[in-house]
Amino acid sequence: MTDKFISIEGIAKRYPGRSGATTTIFENLWLSMARGEFACVIGHSGCGKTTVLNILAGLDAPSEGAVIVDGQAISGTSLDRAVIFQSHALLPWRTVLGNVAYAVSSKWRSWDRARVKAHAQTFIDLVGLTGSEHKRPSELSGGMKQRVGIARALSITPKMMLMDEPFSALDALTRGTLQDEVRRICLQTGQTAFMITHDVDEAIYLADKIFLMTNGPGAMLAEVVENPLPKDRGRTDLHRHPLYYALRNHIIDFLVTRSKTFVAERPDHDPRNVPTVQIGKPGLTIASDAKPESPREASWPGLSRPSTSS
Amino acid sequence: MNSSLRLRAAIVSIALLAAFLGIWHLATRSTAPVATMSPEYAKLMGLTATQGKSAMPGPLDVGAKLWEHLKRPFYDNGPNDKGLGIQLAYSIARVGTGYLLAVLVAIPLGFLIGMSPLLSRALDPFIQVLKPISPLAWMPLALYTIKDSSISAIFVIFICSIWPMLLNTVFGVASVRKEWINVARTLEVGTIRRAFTVILPAAAPTILTGMRISIGIAWLVIVAAEMLVGGTGIGYFVWNEWNNLSITNVIIAILLIGIVGMLLDQILARFSRLVTFPE
Ligand SMILES: Nc1ncnc2c1ncn2[C@@H]1O[C@H](COP(=O)(O)OP(=O)(O)OP(=O)(O)O)[C@@H](O)[C@H]1O
Ligand SMILES: [Mg+2]
Repeated sequence: MTDKFISIEGIAKRYPGRSGATTTIFENLWLSMARGEFACVIGHSGCGKTTVLNILAGLDAPSEGAVIVDGQAISGTSLDRAVIFQSHALLPWRTVLGNVAYAVSSKWRSWDRARVKAHAQTFIDLVGLTGSEHKRPSELSGGMKQRVGIARALSITPKMMLMDEPFSALDALTRGTLQDEVRRICLQTGQTAFMITHDVDEAIYLADKIFLMTNGPGAMLAEVVENPLPKDRGRTDLHRHPLYYALRNHIIDFLVTRSKTFVAERPDHDPRNVPTVQIGKPGLTIASDAKPESPREASWPGLSRPSTSS
Repeated sequence: MNSSLRLRAAIVSIALLAAFLGIWHLATRSTAPVATMSPEYAKLMGLTATQGKSAMPGPLDVGAKLWEHLKRPFYDNGPNDKGLGIQLAYSIARVGTGYLLAVLVAIPLGFLIGMSPLLSRALDPFIQVLKPISPLAWMPLALYTIKDSSISAIFVIFICSIWPMLLNTVFGVASVRKEWINVARTLEVGTIRRAFTVILPAAAPTILTGMRISIGIAWLVIVAAEMLVGGTGIGYFVWNEWNNLSITNVIIAILLIGIVGMLLDQILARFSRLVTFPE
């Protein structure tokens, strides 16, 4: 593998169940990401996505295994890994500026007020909230709150961003705008990003790599789907790309049927060596099973063109 | 709409007050003198018997007496005759001292208990047993150990106001939203800074609610405590005037106790509004 910036090595999460038994949410989970990569995790509700993200953030400790970031096993939270919470988690007694400034002053404790304020202001401007600095979270719309969360995460210039369904509570229009913003910022700053989403199009637009998780309990990382779409893709013409539907169908197929049956169908699935699916390059599909993934995409009439670019 | 509602409410309030004063006046006014009575007996019984005057003072008597008190609130003619202002000041000072001591103990202790599940469990049985004890039940013990009636009263105030504050602080601290704590954790904020920048502001509304309940209880208890320990204070004043059979003064004291209690509550409500945040 290339430079493994993040490497999750055999983590498990178990909770004590009733009458002494333990419930295993997932075990022996391995995944890795390169620096500057944008990964999305897709899986059904309750499969353990948030748990993985919390472990990656250091908010939660795995029952087994370790997480290596930048060559070091993590032990707890770090200012290098910023989290954008699903529920935005703004401090309601602070203003927009106050919330961002809190993060800034936590990272740079010796900075004076003016410097903290100026730095926070840059990031408030970046997410397009200029003019709302002195509003309290209760006076903001859902999209604006989420932007403050993004500004707060970015303001500490983290090495990676962890996002838990950051846009799921938003309307389609706001979601689109924020997706554009997050993508622009991540490309600009070379962020490594790990994002949980339920929105397949969001994953296709944003992610370089899509992690597909099977249903819990005992969830597994089933496949890593590489995004064949070009880096300079636009949100509005995404669906015009020849490989878009193949990719989308592959993911939706997985969510609809294979996420349930995967464990039974693939008894030889090696969690340490999760197959990487490269849509449009059937020959390169590294599947532990001999049967390639291609029949699904080929069955789509729109895909009869021979050229499989990228 | 809103202001007209307020206006109508004020009108109804004033009407109710007027009706109350009117009924009170009618119920206690002089009736026709009782006809046949030996002069000695009449002299003995005073106005009550001779003019059919009720023993209960009317609103006009109370008003006149109140005016007298208000004109000279701070006179001091020895232990049994002090101005109402002085008596109230004694009570407020006792409540203030006991209450402040309780704040100083309850809030830091509540913080510790709220942040530590171990302490929370360990101290819970003690709190459960101590909380329902009537503060006046401590009085003999306090008098015996402290041997000073005034300090004993302060102790009683302390012990009665500590529980609501302690329990509310524990609850407020323990139920700070996990996501806010997580924000602090991802920002690597240290424990002390986290306590002051996240937990305190998040728990402040709950803590203030406890403080508001406490001041109300403290003001309820001081009257009873001062009746017991005697000497000074509005509670002692009530008891003393009852022994003097001056119902007028008792009524005035009752009125003032109510007003001071309301003011104390309003002050805490003001603080409470300062720290609440809309979500
Ligand atoms: N404290 C806990 N005790 C026991 N089980 C828990 C606990 N927290 C989470 N779980 C279980 O762990 C599983 C994974 O939870 P998680 O929040 O990671 O799901 P998720 O994939 O993020 O779901 P969603 O898409 O709905 O957010 C769930 O089945 C949940 O019931
Ligand atoms: Mg989740």
